[in-house]
Amino acid sequence: MPNIQTQGTEEVHPDVLLVNRAREGDVQAFEKLVKQYDRQVFRIAQHITQNREDAEDVVQDAFLKAYEKLDQFQGNSKFYTWLVRIAVNESLMRLRKRRTGRMVSIDEDVETEEGSMPRDLADWSPNPEQQYGQSELADILRKTIQGLPPGFRVVFVLRDVEGLSTEETAETLGLSVPAVKSRLLRARLQLRERLSRYFRKNKRDGGAE
Amino acid sequence: MTCTEFIAQLDDLLEERVTVTLRADLEEHLRGCEHCVITMNTTRKTIEIYRNHEIYELPNDLRARLQKAILAKCKKC
Repeated sequence: MPNIQTQGTEEVHPDVLLVNRAREGDVQAFEKLVKQYDRQVFRIAQHITQNREDAEDVVQDAFLKAYEKLDQFQGNSKFYTWLVRIAVNESLMRLRKRRTGRMVSIDEDVETEEGSMPRDLADWSPNPEQQYGQSELADILRKTIQGLPPGFRVVFVLRDVEGLSTEETAETLGLSVPAVKSRLLRARLQLRERLSRYFRKNKRDGGAE
Repeated sequence: MTCTEFIAQLDDLLEERVTVTLRADLEEHLRGCEHCVITMNTTRKTIEIYRNHEIYELPNDLRARLQKAILAKCKKC
């Protein structure tokens, strides 16, 4: 979204103007923020919780919490990054409730060695997406990313799917930049390796397996 | 450069955040290592596929219902 140039040289993000109006009680201004970001919050929540009902609850709770805490939004980070941090925390809380008695955090299972060095040498067909129909492909992508440890999955989703910068992802998750980089690399390599089972050359022609 | 050293720089290479000197070293490695060429190309494709396909879409009717519920709660705050 473009920044708005103010009278001086300072640029103000349009979200900040909406936040300021919402703080003064303008619910319609907050409605614009909801409409701007509800799809993204839903996607993130669904990726983390792996549960549709939980994701719906997270969307409601995250926006409501953001509205209640608008005074705490400092403007040092983007509103979207601040909102995502709330949504990630709400999602992890829901996940913990589902897995009663089991601690869930973004540090879970990140010690695995899988993905640190690629093993699959097979190249993919020139257009792997065309090997499958849209819904079949969506199933493959869902199944594949669900297999990642939560600590890798959330980094991949924020960084590569939602387009946050490495620094924003680190800030959102309370991780260091090197930790985000390390998890992102391993998440990407693990996903690549798992997708190779479907996309490798000649897979559908009975070739290399 | 070894494959392990190449992989350690892969993300920065994909995001074009490497120096000219390092890029030259990485490209030199790629000229002699098909394994790393495949790894780089398929990793790039992995990111593209996930970026380009909406796998958790929020249906319009559910979206409208959620928006209504959120704003109703906000008005009560």
